[in-house]
Amino acid sequence: MSDRVSPLLQLKDLTCIREDRILFEQLNYSINAGDIVQVEGPNGAGKTSLLRILAGLSAPYEGEVSFQGQSIYQESELYRQHLLYLGHLVGIKGELTAQENLMFNLAISGLDDQTAEDTLEQVDLLGFEDALASHLSAGQHRRIALAKLWQSQAKLWILDEPFTAIDKKGVLKLEQLMQSHADNGGAVILTTHQDLQMPTERYQKLTLEYRFF
Amino acid sequence: MWKWLHPYANPEKTYQLTSKLIPWFGYIALILLSIGMTWALLFVPPDYQQGNSFRIFYIHVPSAILSLSVYVTMATIAFCGLVWQLRLAEASVAAIAPVGAVLTAVALITGAAWGKPTWGTWWVWDARLTSQLIQLFLYLGVIALNNAFEDKSQGGKAAGILAIVGVVNVPIIKYSVEWWNTLHQGQTVTQMGKPAMTMDMYVPFVVCFFGMVCLIGWLICIRFRTEILSRNVTRPWVRELVKTVGAK
Amino acid sequence: MTNSSSFTPTTLSYRRAFALVFRRDLTIALRHKDDIFNPLLFFIIVVTLFPLGIGPESNMLARIGPGIIWVAALLATLLSLDRLFKNDYADGSLEQLLLSPCPTFIIVFAKITAHWVITGLPLILVSPLLALLLFLPDNSYGALLLTLLLGTPVLSFIGAIGVALTVGIKKGGVLLSLLVLPLYIPVLIFATSAIDTAAMNLPYSGQIAIIAALFVGSITLAPIAVSAALKVSTN
Repeated sequence: MSDRVSPLLQLKDLTCIREDRILFEQLNYSINAGDIVQVEGPNGAGKTSLLRILAGLSAPYEGEVSFQGQSIYQESELYRQHLLYLGHLVGIKGELTAQENLMFNLAISGLDDQTAEDTLEQVDLLGFEDALASHLSAGQHRRIALAKLWQSQAKLWILDEPFTAIDKKGVLKLEQLMQSHADNGGAVILTTHQDLQMPTERYQKLTLEYRFF
Repeated sequence: MWKWLHPYANPEKTYQLTSKLIPWFGYIALILLSIGMTWALLFVPPDYQQGNSFRIFYIHVPSAILSLSVYVTMATIAFCGLVWQLRLAEASVAAIAPVGAVLTAVALITGAAWGKPTWGTWWVWDARLTSQLIQLFLYLGVIALNNAFEDKSQGGKAAGILAIVGVVNVPIIKYSVEWWNTLHQGQTVTQMGKPAMTMDMYVPFVVCFFGMVCLIGWLICIRFRTEILSRNVTRPWVRELVKTVGAK
Repeated sequence: MTNSSSFTPTTLSYRRAFALVFRRDLTIALRHKDDIFNPLLFFIIVVTLFPLGIGPESNMLARIGPGIIWVAALLATLLSLDRLFKNDYADGSLEQLLLSPCPTFIIVFAKITAHWVITGLPLILVSPLLALLLFLPDNSYGALLLTLLLGTPVLSFIGAIGVALTVGIKKGGVLLSLLVLPLYIPVLIFATSAIDTAAMNLPYSGQIAIIAALFVGSITLAPIAVSAALKVSTN
């Protein structure tokens, strides 16, 4: 699928230890352009930890992550230009309106913030532009955060539980967006507790086991 | 990075090294300190001005000097750890800080005890005592920060950053406190000049000083070894070790 | 099928990143006015407690006035520091900021500058009023304002290191003061001495020069330490 020698994202011998518990050990995996990877496993298996390591937010205990053949720690600023990460905390400020939040999110990633109003329409938040985010629900917060995906220029999307508090119609729309992103040569890594609606051959699963030691 | 240092980035090797060093430090400290202290307390002639009270000098001065060197060492290790991503640096900051804090406290308490016969009061806002007090706060901050995190590795890293920030500030604080002290020169405090040291006072001081260095080395090695173990409980070599040592 | 040209790496100029974060933090503070007024009220109340505690003689108050104002400013800054990263950490926007393509240094710099505008600047503005209450001699007003102008940014920048280190800890408040207050001592010493010297009609440019050096040192070095500390805290 990829015309490159090195995969988009390569995980080499990743080990993660948290509070004296090994979450995963010697994990090797490659993600190519066009891939959608669902990280699955029970609570506490280290899904979020893995995603945070891949985003460069945490350092692994051992191992290396490289993006297009370059270590993400040595080239972290370059890597961040190609990365979009959304954690399970969505980073929406209650003191700002929906539109202000989105405009800031777009602008701080280097995207054009003038598209904010149109983008809010994509996530069915038209009419809420000027409402303070503190008056909106958790699902609407997530929608504001997810709206960025429609404008994103990032090759790699890392999404931690993107479907939480999103209704069925919204989930479907998001899945379509992810597929078209992957079809265009991007890659998506996500965790979710519900099954993906897309055909099973369209995505891969990376399973983490819960370990007691 | 320097090749020779590289094996010691491995916790197991470092564990073995500290195990070898501990008895050396321990015995040398015991020998030097027993010689030095006996000499200092019994055989050195009393000072012509301060009489016998000056003998506390043999504990006070080494601990005061070393408390600062220990801080600088800790910060240097923390800095190297941050730059080269050495996990052991986290353990060493956690191991060193309490030793340094105790040294600083010893220097403060002996300083106050020495102040009573000399100045007639337990505490004066003397430049050296004041900066010693602030240094104690810096140490306590590092210890508290290290303990505040649930994740040991995170705590060690945070404490390391604080130690580095502290070491940048130590000269500024020392200088500002000295300057402040000359500005508000107390009326009653007669500044003590350094006692003119004759050879028969100097030699036991050197013995005590190096005895203290070894004592600190001994304590730090023991603490460091424990820290390494507690941070690597999940690693196979620690489990092996527990099995073999536990079987004895 | 792979078409890598459809993705353009996003970049962001330093100035724009600074302006964005600065404006965002000011907007949030202005919509949440307690953040501005509570530390200010605290500052005023602490200062008014001293005459009540030690008696209203004007000579005595004038002598210890600079120290009182500066200690109160330290504590008020300390009180306000919490809001610098805590909310952003709690709602996840801090990690989004750290993942921005712009260097963390710039973002941190913008946030601390905004914090100073919200909390440091109001302290400076009310300080002449407090100087009046403490009977500070007329010729020390200039020194008071100048030391606060140069010194309060130092407090914000050094304090930011402490906040960045403790932001992930649940009860970091008391710990924060233990970490930060010892580092504030040099500013306190030189600032109060400058005001005292000015009150005696002597030149105080030496102390000001040192505070200015601390100012330059802290605004250049502190953001580096803050960035490193935030990386540890969000780990």
